[in-house]
Amino acid sequence: MTYSVTEPSDRQKWIAGFLVIGYALITLMPLLWIIATGFKSPADAIAYPPKVLFEPTLEGYVNLFTTRTRVTEETLASLGEPTTWYDRIVRQYDMIIAGPSRYGERFLNSVIIGFGSTFLSVFLGTIAAYAFSRFRVPLKDDLLFFILSTRMMPPIAVAIPIFLMFRQLGLNDTHAGMILLYTAVNLSLSVWLIHGFIEEIPIEYEEAALIDGYTRFQAFYKVVLPQAATGIASTAIFCLIFAWNEYAFAVLLTSGTAQTAPPFIPTIIGVGGQDWPAVAAGATIFLVPVMVFTILLRKHLLRGITFGAVRK
Amino acid sequence: MAEVTLKNITRSFGPDVALDDVSMTVPDGSFVVLLGPTGAGKTTTLRMVSGLDVPDSGEIYIGDTPMNGLTPAQRNVAMVFQQYSLYPHMTVRENLEFPLKSPLLNTPPDQIQRKVGEVAEVLQISHKLDNKATALSGGEMQRVSIGRALVRNPAVYLMDEPLSSLDAKLRSDLRIELKGIQADSGATLLYVTHDQIEAMTMATHVGVLDHGRLVQFGTPREIYEDPVSVYAASRLGQPRINIVPADLFGTAPSGAASMGLRPEQIRQGAGQESLVTRVEHLGDQTRLHLFFREHDLITVTDPHTALKSGDIVQIEPHQPFYFNADGARIA
Repeated sequence: MTYSVTEPSDRQKWIAGFLVIGYALITLMPLLWIIATGFKSPADAIAYPPKVLFEPTLEGYVNLFTTRTRVTEETLASLGEPTTWYDRIVRQYDMIIAGPSRYGERFLNSVIIGFGSTFLSVFLGTIAAYAFSRFRVPLKDDLLFFILSTRMMPPIAVAIPIFLMFRQLGLNDTHAGMILLYTAVNLSLSVWLIHGFIEEIPIEYEEAALIDGYTRFQAFYKVVLPQAATGIASTAIFCLIFAWNEYAFAVLLTSGTAQTAPPFIPTIIGVGGQDWPAVAAGATIFLVPVMVFTILLRKHLLRGITFGAVRK
Repeated sequence: MAEVTLKNITRSFGPDVALDDVSMTVPDGSFVVLLGPTGAGKTTTLRMVSGLDVPDSGEIYIGDTPMNGLTPAQRNVAMVFQQYSLYPHMTVRENLEFPLKSPLLNTPPDQIQRKVGEVAEVLQISHKLDNKATALSGGEMQRVSIGRALVRNPAVYLMDEPLSSLDAKLRSDLRIELKGIQADSGATLLYVTHDQIEAMTMATHVGVLDHGRLVQFGTPREIYEDPVSVYAASRLGQPRINIVPADLFGTAPSGAASMGLRPEQIRQGAGQESLVTRVEHLGDQTRLHLFFREHDLITVTDPHTALKSGDIVQIEPHQPFYFNADGARIA
């Protein structure tokens, strides 16, 4: 097998581009479908054959963020003309808006718990990984293996003991409890990933900084951390994706105050029939933070590991 | 600037003894070169002084202050690493500013500016100041790494083979530059190399290390002209000293097992006949490879010699060194 190091020809570029776009279309299709469904009317959403072209409406989003009640025509008439665009949408169905739905709170819970646990996982993971990498820790290899082993069975396998412990400790349905749980699950991943990244940073940089008049912590902060940023950013993305999408524990351990969006979204379905556009709208909005976070950190993901300034 | 004293320093890494009871005094304002092959303990000695590593036993003083338990920052030493260790996320300028901005020195901005400018000038890297440290050639990185030490005014400079990856021209330029900086500023400098030309040209004192032991400490001339052992004699001199059986040319002092002949200790034109096997014209000198009683010898002859391989030349030893069976000098 030989490898070409020459610039690919135009034809090769076309073929490659075609394959990439084709693949992207296939993998993005469900996502596009969800996004499109969010803008359909309930009738269009379940139409068969499925509608590719449809009249977009914000009904799904209105239903997602509100609770509505059906009223009699007299009551409706007595209210006069609808004053806002969302009132207008709701009244088509002889309904009025009774108040906001809980989606906003649940979404906020997801943000608090997702980002909180991500921050904690990455923070603890970084300092633990640094210690494992730079200090003589007794039983280092065994400890690292032990940390990894916490990931060897699916977390949900210990759901019942965790449920009982949480109930005992009063952590059921609390933000702190969920942050703690997701941090515990993510920590092994975070320690291992970041440990790998820090190991690749030659110790000479810190030694140079120590000689240059800095304390060990300052050397860590000014020299190691900027170089590990790439690795830490990608680790943060992995942690956030897990915590953000987690469903099983969220169903089990939260019901009211600390409930996150994933267990809430399916419950939308029950309110006034099968409201697929509202579910799709909930899912679409739910995707946004992870996408934004990933795009913000993309620079670090693509930059790659710095190399070259230490001669090996 | 200050005197550096090492007292009975011992350091082991597992079963390997890196430094074995090393004592030496680096006088204030001196340029001390540590010589020895890889693994002799040169770098370990520097790390002991810098505080990056601590001795198992023994004491280090900088000036009159014992260094026990002090961090590298507290010792106020500057070090040039063999692996340049430039901070890859910073520009050349930021690298040079880094020590000056430390909590230790906390230099005012105008002084930083001036100092960095001066050092960049000396090291010929002014035009690269705003480059990323990673976007430099090996030689440039090494110069920045030297610069990061030179911007400071520490108690002692420690340099670990700082010129090893430079090309020949730059190396000889910087050799003179470093020596000049040291002589002008009166800095104390502890310098590791295995390049004997660096040792001979820059050092005021040379320490010869062998498997963690300091076998000889003195001026370059002393070590060259009065080596204590075969090992110390072999560290300096180009071409290397010839080590042959003590009685190769006839009688030898009692107890002598081998004889050391530097090129100038082999007199040509009188004595016993030897065969010229090769003539190397190096320009400023001509090396003569000789074959004498089953032994190869290398010496130096007139640059414009007419000798060629196959010729016969007469040689005799002139004030050779004699060593006993353990390699120690006896005469």
